[in-house]
Amino acid sequence: MKSSNNKKQLLTGNEAAAEAAILAGCRYYYGYPITPQNELVNHMAIRMPQVGGTFLQAESEIAAIYMAYGSAAAGARVMTSSSSPGISLMQEGISYLAGSELPCVIVNMQRGGPGLGDISPSQADYFQAVKGGGHGDYRTIVLAPASVQEIADLVYDAFDLADRYRNPVMLLGDAQLGQMMEPVELKKIPRTQQTPRWAVTGAEGRARNIIKSFYPVKGELEAFNIRLQRKYKVVEQKEVRYEEVNTERAEIILVAYGTCARICKEALRRISGTGLQIGLLRPISLWPFPKEPLRRLAKKAKAFCVVEMSSGQMLEDVKLAVLNRCPVHFYGRMGGGVPSSKEVIKKVLNILAPEESTLELEMSEISQELGKGLYFSTIP
Amino acid sequence: MQALYRAPETLLRVPTHYCPGCGHGIVQRLLAEIIDEWGIRGKTIGLAPVGCAVLAYNYLDIDMSEAAHGRPPAVATGIKRVYPDNIVFSYQGDGDLAAIGMAEIIHAASRAENITVIFANNAIYGMTNGQLAPTTLLNQRTTTTPEGRNPLTHGYPLRVCELLATLDGASFIARTSLSSPKNVLQTKEAIKKGFKTQIEKKGFSLIEVLSPCPVYWRMSPVDSLKFIEEKMTQTYPLGVFKDWGKKEL
Repeated sequence: MKSSNNKKQLLTGNEAAAEAAILAGCRYYYGYPITPQNELVNHMAIRMPQVGGTFLQAESEIAAIYMAYGSAAAGARVMTSSSSPGISLMQEGISYLAGSELPCVIVNMQRGGPGLGDISPSQADYFQAVKGGGHGDYRTIVLAPASVQEIADLVYDAFDLADRYRNPVMLLGDAQLGQMMEPVELKKIPRTQQTPRWAVTGAEGRARNIIKSFYPVKGELEAFNIRLQRKYKVVEQKEVRYEEVNTERAEIILVAYGTCARICKEALRRISGTGLQIGLLRPISLWPFPKEPLRRLAKKAKAFCVVEMSSGQMLEDVKLAVLNRCPVHFYGRMGGGVPSSKEVIKKVLNILAPEESTLELEMSEISQELGKGLYFSTIP
Repeated sequence: MQALYRAPETLLRVPTHYCPGCGHGIVQRLLAEIIDEWGIRGKTIGLAPVGCAVLAYNYLDIDMSEAAHGRPPAVATGIKRVYPDNIVFSYQGDGDLAAIGMAEIIHAASRAENITVIFANNAIYGMTNGQLAPTTLLNQRTTTTPEGRNPLTHGYPLRVCELLATLDGASFIARTSLSSPKNVLQTKEAIKKGFKTQIEKKGFSLIEVLSPCPVYWRMSPVDSLKFIEEKMTQTYPLGVFKDWGKKEL
């Protein structure tokens, strides 16, 4: 498949991620097969040679992340991708990338876990992606697209963020986003990258460069960590991304990212005209997390309801942002279960009128579906 | 006055952290000599492992990167693919290469990756106080084989050169030692051949260097060299195991 700009193409999310990376000037891709991101690996195998780039199928996800580390150390734009179990294997490498301050883009098309799990959509890697996953005090910038177009846009931006902050950036999608096809416009400007001055290129005519994360002299590592945290503060101030839908008048504000955010949007469409005032806050950057918008909305909303394909992972960040100013409810499905918009509506109705049996009757058609989910409320 | 012999410029004048009698300093000096003699400082990129040699970049005045434990061949691959005309070498110990990094070294060799691996084999984990390595000799005492390596419970010494020489992608595989000045010079020649292998894009090269670790062998530096000659070479015979241009060495 050929890439052409300013024209809509029908691509899977995985293919769109690959095309956007190429557009962003990425010429090095290392990967290992795992469902549900095989379309990305396969697409890169075709496209990288066409653009003069390198595609290499590594012997493991561990090797893939360290090959990416090598190309990043050499100053090149580089990407790797995997799905949940493979991303677990990459965690050490992500810690080393952060510790060596190397830019790298990592795509995780999440699948059900724990363990081998299944190949269905999931959002159960939120903690791993957002809270670290590897060892040490580091942060990964995490972007969560909700459409194939947004996969393309965010992958492109991810390379700029990775370079600007010399930090790994993860695109956190899922099996559904990776494998579904949607029209995409690759509308951004093709990029070529200049080799940064800190890269290892061979020290011709200059002082040598060292890429390292080892600070054995007492005090040096602490000083380095302080500098890292200062950098992360800047990221938190400058790089928060989110979308608000109907939050102005909403009594209940849904909080969801990725696939779940799309399902919540569908729920909003279905209840429009009923007089119910429901809004949506969709975090696009999961780290840095949109804490301030949530705090602002907590002053006027009656309640939040977090919807996730997990047991309630982003929920913790919402609670931390809201700090008991407002009740926070939760609806989640796990292990590859995907909530329907009806289930979301049912949960919202329960929050609004927990005692009203008439509503229960009206919604009886979906009560079976709700039975599958995990739902609870935290009321201050 | 003409200087007949001097320290290589690529070798930085700093105090060493290596223990007395350790072989790492010798091998790294050889690297510095070759880089000077060939004038390749500006195009050489080195990989430092996890282990005693992690601080190799304190001594070599070239671009270098660390790699996580066992991963130098993968990191070297990522660098070499960006700069195929540079000289990229990884420097690894036996724990790094032959235990945790076995997958990476085998696949780098099998891919005929145009990199050179300097494999310092001292049959022990030095950095972590002398535990069993895959290359520890039978009956050799380590902190995790206090009664000596017993094949029934600890298995057998792993011969990396012999193993890698079976791979089509491996082009130059040699084992040398640091037990005598002659062997040191042969080590230097073997490293040169390794670099030549990648310069001519002939594929993967690895030079295993039998290297003394007097502190964790619990021997004097002199006895350590004897140990290499009398014991280690019994299990790890010196020689060239694979050579793309046999006549040239």
